This record gives sequence, C-alpha cells and structure tokens, in this order.
Amino acid sequence: MPVRPGRVARPERLRLPPGEGIVLPRGLGRAYGDAAVPAREDALVLATPRADRILDWDPVSGRLTAEAGLSLAEILRLFLPRGWFPPVTPGTKFVTLGGCVACDVHGKNHHCDGSFGGFVERLGLLTADGKEIACGPDLDRELFLATVGGMGLTGLITEVTLRLRPVETGWIAMETEGVANLEQMAAALEASREAWPYTVGWIDCLAAGAGLGRGVLMRGRHATRAEVPAGDPRPRRALGVPLDAPEWLLSPPAMRAFNGLYYWMKAGRRRGAAEPHQSLVSYESFFYPLDMITDWNRLYGRRGFLQFQCVVPRAAGLAAMRELLERIARAGAASFLAVIKDCGPAGPAPLSFPMEGVTLGLDLPYRGPATVTLVHELNAVVIAAGGRIYLAKDAVTRAEDFAHMMPRLPEWRAVRDRWDPAHRFRSAQSVRLFGDRADT
Amino acid sequence: MKAAFVGATRGMGKALARRMAERADALFLLGRDAAALTVAARDLEARGARAPVRVGPLDLADSTGFLAALDAADAALGRFDTFVVTGGLFGEQGELASDPARLERLLHANFTGTALLCQLAAARLAGRGGGVVCAFSSVAGDRARPANYLYGASKAGLSAFLDGLGLAYADRDVRVVCVKPGFVRTEMTAGLPVPPFAGEADAVAARALRAMDAGRPVVYAPPIWRLIMALIRALPRPVMRRMKS
Repeated sequence: MPVRPGRVARPERLRLPPGEGIVLPRGLGRAYGDAAVPAREDALVLATPRADRILDWDPVSGRLTAEAGLSLAEILRLFLPRGWFPPVTPGTKFVTLGGCVACDVHGKNHHCDGSFGGFVERLGLLTADGKEIACGPDLDRELFLATVGGMGLTGLITEVTLRLRPVETGWIAMETEGVANLEQMAAALEASREAWPYTVGWIDCLAAGAGLGRGVLMRGRHATRAEVPAGDPRPRRALGVPLDAPEWLLSPPAMRAFNGLYYWMKAGRRRGAAEPHQSLVSYESFFYPLDMITDWNRLYGRRGFLQFQCVVPRAAGLAAMRELLERIARAGAASFLAVIKDCGPAGPAPLSFPMEGVTLGLDLPYRGPATVTLVHELNAVVIAAGGRIYLAKDAVTRAEDFAHMMPRLPEWRAVRDRWDPAHRFRSAQSVRLFGDRADT
Repeated sequence: MKAAFVGATRGMGKALARRMAERADALFLLGRDAAALTVAARDLEARGARAPVRVGPLDLADSTGFLAALDAADAALGRFDTFVVTGGLFGEQGELASDPARLERLLHANFTGTALLCQLAAARLAGRGGGVVCAFSSVAGDRARPANYLYGASKAGLSAFLDGLGLAYADRDVRVVCVKPGFVRTEMTAGLPVPPFAGEADAVAARALRAMDAGRPVVYAPPIWRLIMALIRALPRPVMRRMKS
C-alpha cells in the first residue's frame, strides 16, 4: 500500500485550483485501500471536511442539503435528537456525505432500502474544467449515475441533497441468534428479510468443516418511543489503542482463541435456546462498534491488514461463499471480524458495488506478498461466481480482474472521459485499476 | 444569549457560532461577504439558532459603518446582550514586512477597528444593564517574537485594550472576555508548520463559550498555552532574539 501524502488542502470553501493540475477529492479518508491516496507525490488532495455547512433543512420532509464535507457523525449528533436518521449508513459514522456518494455506500438495510445513491436527490459537482454543475436522478442523469460510486473521479462533489429517515428513538431493538454453519446463516438472513430492516451476520472464519460459516446473526429495527427508557442513549466515550499490537497477537492460534471466545459469548452458550436473544441497544453499538475504539486498526500491528469485501449473486451464493471461507481458513488468514450480509437488487449506477446476492467482508492481517496472492485467489472465485469487489475497501485487485467483475465499466469510462478527458481527477486506485498515468 | 457576531463564517468563529446555535441562542451576523453570511445564517438556523438568523454588513477596517451595524443588530435581536468579534486578518511576517499596505490593513482591522467596535458595544451594553463583550486576540500578543511581531503587535494592542475595557466597565456589569488561542488548525493557519500543542477550532470554541458564560476576563485555548506563554514571557531578551520561529 503506497504511503504518499500529496499536498493536502483542507479548505472551508470548495474550489478547484486554476490550471490543469491533478486533483484527488478526499472526505475523512476512511477508505481501506488506495481510493484516497493521490496518484503521485505532488498531486493536490482536496480534503472536504471543513466544507460542512448545512445549506438547507426542511424539518417537515427531512430533506437536507449540505456541503459535501458534512459527516454522518455530525448529522447524527444534530438530527437524531430531532428524530431523523441517515437513510443508509456504512459501518462507521466518520464518513462525509461526499464520500458516501462517491463510494455509493451500503449498510445493514441494503436488502430492503438499497444503497446511499438511491436517497440522493441532487448533487453539486465541480467538473474538471471548473464548471459548477447540478445533477440528480432527473437532471444530467448520466453524470449523476457515474458520480454515484464513481470514487470521486468524475469531479469534486461539493453539495449533496438527500432525505433523512424519520425515527422515533436512537435505540435499536435487536435480536441475536447463534447459527451453526453457513447454510443456517443464509437461511436466517433470508428469513429475516421481510420483517427486519437491518440484518447482518458475523462469521468465525477460522472454523472449518461442519462448523464452516458458524456465527451470529444480528437483526434490528428502530425502537419506538413506547419501547425505550426515557432519553436518548448516552453517547459513549471511545477507547483508544495507544500502541500497535505485537505480532504474536495476530498469529493464527491467538486469532482462533479470540474468535472462538467471541462466538461462545455471543452465540455458543445460547445455541440450545429456542428463542433468539432480544435486547435494546444504542444505535452506536449496533451500527458503529468499531467507532468505539479509536485507531482500532492498530490492533493489526505495524504491518496492518488488507480488507476484502465481495458480493456474489444469489444463484452462485452459498457455493462461492463456502469456497472463499475454505480458502481463507486454509490460509489461516482470517481476522477479528468477518461480516456476511444479503444484498437487495443492484442500483442503477454503473460502478455501484452491491448486487442481489450475498456479500462477505473481512480483514486479512498483512503477512507479506502471500496475503496479496490470497486476495487474487479470492478474486478469481468471485469472478467465476459472477460477483465483484468493493472499491472502498480494495488496495490490490488487478485491473484485468476488476474489468471482469464490472460489465458496465466501459459505460462508466465513457461518461468520465466526456467530463474529464485528461483525467484530472485521479487516485492511486485509478492508476491501478483504470490505467490512469501516474507520471504526467 | 442574543449575540451580535463578527466573524461567524469561518474557522474558530464558525465553530463558536455553531455552539451558540446549538443551545438556541439568537444570533445576528456581521461581516464583509454578504453571500457567506447568508449561507452561515441558514447553517446556524438548521443547527438550532433562534430563527430567523439575520445578517448585516460590517468591515472592521471601515469604522464609518460601525454605528449602523450596532443599530442593525439591536433592531434584529431586540437589543443584543452579547457582542463577539472573532474576525480579524492574518499575515505571515515576511508578507507583512514587504507589503506596507497590507500591514496597515491588518493593524487597522485587528486593533483599531476591533477596539473601536468593542468600545461602542461596551458603552451600549453599559447603558442598558450590562452584557458580554468577547473578542479573539492571540497568544502572539503576549510576547513579541522576531518571526511574528507584526501580527503579534496588533494582538498585543487588542489584549491590552480588552483588559482595560473589562476593568473600566466592571462596575456596569459589562464582562469583557479576551480569548487567546494558541496555534489552532484552521484554514487561516493552513500551510504553516504545526507546532506541538496545536488546537482544534471546536475545542477553542467550547472554552471560549464557557468563559463567556462565566465572564472570565482571559482564556487561553488550548489551556496549556497559559503555561507556555508564562515561560516565554520569562525568557530573557537574548534568547528571544535567537528564536527563529
């Protein structure tokens, strides 16, 4: 993974510098891979978090227009007490609206609500020639759809208009259920689709054989006022990780012990229970468990990790998932956390990640080139199954592999070329995957 | 609070105005850039400021508009009880030293304009039962350094003025708050080398607001700068002469 700072500007007003110098828009920089790493050392990185003004707010409809640097954390802090929630949220709230659009993020409600782009009504965009353009599902639709999931490569997203979701409380009514294997996990996700807006599974990917895919299913919905204690859940103070973890903590035996213990605590000891465990939890612990640990990535030690997330179509679903999990288990490469989730239908944006099927996401502690090779092997399984990987997480996928995964890539390229023929908007990822040059 | 506010569109002023908005204070925004003021007003309303947040023109370097600006604030807020100035100019020593016009503008806005305006506001508040005047100075005013004395001098003057203003109006219930930020990461300081103990705008705003509520005359933010500046003030002259940054 290249460490390349670039020249970082954090302006309060989003403008493009005159001339033709290459630019990389960046939100809060939480992408796991190289999506927010500049194409080269002297490239301008335009960080948006200081451009975070709310431009319009309609308390009746929940329609919010804000500058692209406004974060979901800030939206939650300001609007949850008034009964509004982001329509879609990824696993961290430390993301900007611009980042949510550029990655077309998805959340635990993808099976019923789709991805973030589906809730966006209008975008303000500064294109390569410095023009300010408004686009949306009904206005310059082609550019809009290329920008949703377009990783910031069609222009600088300056403003986002979206509809927030009305909720009664900041509490989530949650059910937790232990599942013994992959078939049970798929069945439990399937069975929860209709009645539950939020579902997600956690898998112990070190378990093999009959226990392959064992884990915990969590499903939730926004609790009503009548169900909850008075007051909003108190915001919890995040814990820090002061040091990089030592290497032995990441060894397969230590990981196995950790995963086994977690499974036992969450599910194993309740496996015999007829009823799933019911509880009331804060939205933060349900949606953002990792946000509770500042610098959690340091738990992976100095060498860090690669994140892998793929989605495979429902038809190929279980067999492909099993193969992925088996390969990961065989490599002894798994991690603290593997997440499984069913996705609803794909959205209209050509580079959008989710598709009808099952998605699997996990961290692979970095152990040198073998870890990269493993990702390529996993990608081959994904391609054979007709699936794809998620650009917000990816750091190593090969261009030809990505092209196989994205049949609509040429369509997206054509729109990008029309609006930015010189590829002024460029990242280390676009150099790796889209053939952009790093030298000029 | 019912606050007339100069400088709410950017940086620490933006952060402070937002904190006041979130506790439903009434705000009237003054500044040079009408479009930026209007956007800031909508932002503050959405964050909870008493609506509508109105705006008016004011240029710290042009004192002829000061009385009209205070009248406009009184009219919009039904007599303000708090007056805040976070606005000001910044320039690097080299730029200021080589550009006398720019230096004059900076000295004028940061000292003359701000002092005149605060004097008028304090007199007005004293005539109707008191209130709060808060202005943002800087630790750079606590001791002149070779690398920063031009900007520092404008803030030294302002700090001295605010100190005196607070003493003079104490018996008429006008509490004067001088906020002295250390190095704070904002757009204003972008590109400068970041020293240790650099602060964030929102943390400075939180401290400033607590000081305004308590009527504390001087507040350093981040707080460690009170200690740092005490040490720097104690340094002998030959050491200061060699201090390059």
